[in-house]
Amino acid sequence: MRLVVENLACRRGVRMLFAGLGFTLEAGRALIVTGPNGTGKSSLLRILAGLARPEAGLLRLEGAPEPEDFTEETHYLGHLDAHKGALSAQENLAFWRAMLGRPALSVGEAMEAVGLGGLERLPVAVLSAGQKRRLALARLLVAQRPLWLLDEPTTALDTAAQARFAELARAHVAAGGLIVAATHAPLDFGPSDGLDLGAWRPARPVAERIDA
Amino acid sequence: MSRAFLALLARDLRLALRAGGGAGLGVVFFLAVVVVTPFAIGPDLALLARIGPAILWIGALLASLIGLDRLFSADAEDGALDVLAMGALPLELVAAAKGLAHWIATGLPLVVAAPMLALLLNLAPASIGALTLTLLVGTPAITFLGLIGAAFAAVFRRGGLLVAVLVMPLTIPVLIFAVAATSTALGGTVPFGTPFRILLGLSLAAMVLGPIAAAAALRVARD
Repeated sequence: MRLVVENLACRRGVRMLFAGLGFTLEAGRALIVTGPNGTGKSSLLRILAGLARPEAGLLRLEGAPEPEDFTEETHYLGHLDAHKGALSAQENLAFWRAMLGRPALSVGEAMEAVGLGGLERLPVAVLSAGQKRRLALARLLVAQRPLWLLDEPTTALDTAAQARFAELARAHVAAGGLIVAATHAPLDFGPSDGLDLGAWRPARPVAERIDA
Repeated sequence: MSRAFLALLARDLRLALRAGGGAGLGVVFFLAVVVVTPFAIGPDLALLARIGPAILWIGALLASLIGLDRLFSADAEDGALDVLAMGALPLELVAAAKGLAHWIATGLPLVVAAPMLALLLNLAPASIGALTLTLLVGTPAITFLGLIGAAFAAVFRRGGLLVAVLVMPLTIPVLIFAVAATSTALGGTVPFGTPFRILLGLSLAAMVLGPIAAAAALRVARD
């Protein structure tokens, strides 16, 4: 499996965030996307997830059942955790497991893997920020998806939890998965490529105005 | 796919029935409208019996719209809508599952409460039966038409106003034929079946078109 991005451009309003962006990510590798705030790291991930449309360019996941439309092969973990505060940790995770399909780990195993064992019955509303983030990470483990798109995955995590998650990510990569992660923290996801979005800023950052 | 549909239905029902979920709000509003009406109109029993079905339907219509504005915006705000949109379940069925859960939690209690409240308005037994039947058929139409407004409320992040402005005009035909069907129980030349069948048709059309339009509205946000 191979993620190929060609000549990708992203525009926000009249501002061109990046243009002419291209890369190839082989199976069993992680891509660490870096760059200053506002260079389009989150926008790139949303485009890859099919949640936003690019201004120009092509994306495909070679080896997927539908290379051009690979949303269903993808886990997307954005800034938001997608939990319901009124439901318990277990109910939230069990819902995503049933909803996403292609189940992998059971709810109990996934919660154990991210270090939330014993907190299954607590409503998510009473969990700490770091615990909520860990529960969001557990969502990656309950459904089988080859491509993980992670937007600042380790926000609010303590050092031990960060190391634990890096281990899970390395295991995913070692099993032939792909990871695209936007981050400021130094993360070791195993064999990795780097992408500095700051370098892809177009020479003229303001898109041409059609009116005038 | 049906597993995902049922999972979403069960989650939304659970959320609605938990404390703070707002499932009881519609019924309480419905109760309030029906209880204050006789005080405002006065103790004219004949008048109440004549306008009772209309009052019950107006109450049910407005009660059905309560909470619709949060239907998709709650999921949009906590990021769940992004993950839902990426699953194997098409967005149309996501919208349909959420609509069905919303109707079970808020519409069905209105249907159950209606016969009791109809007694307060001095409705004849035949009228009560006709009213309950029209509510059972008509409230899903309102909820599924409301999905369109709910989707726009989530996309534009402007909340309840859009629901009222967008959805109310669409629900007028439902209101007209539902009240017409109920009135036939009091006599007249038109049989009950004529307006009732049109109401059934409106309801079926809303159940199909509502989720499709709502999914289209949610997709607009991605462009």
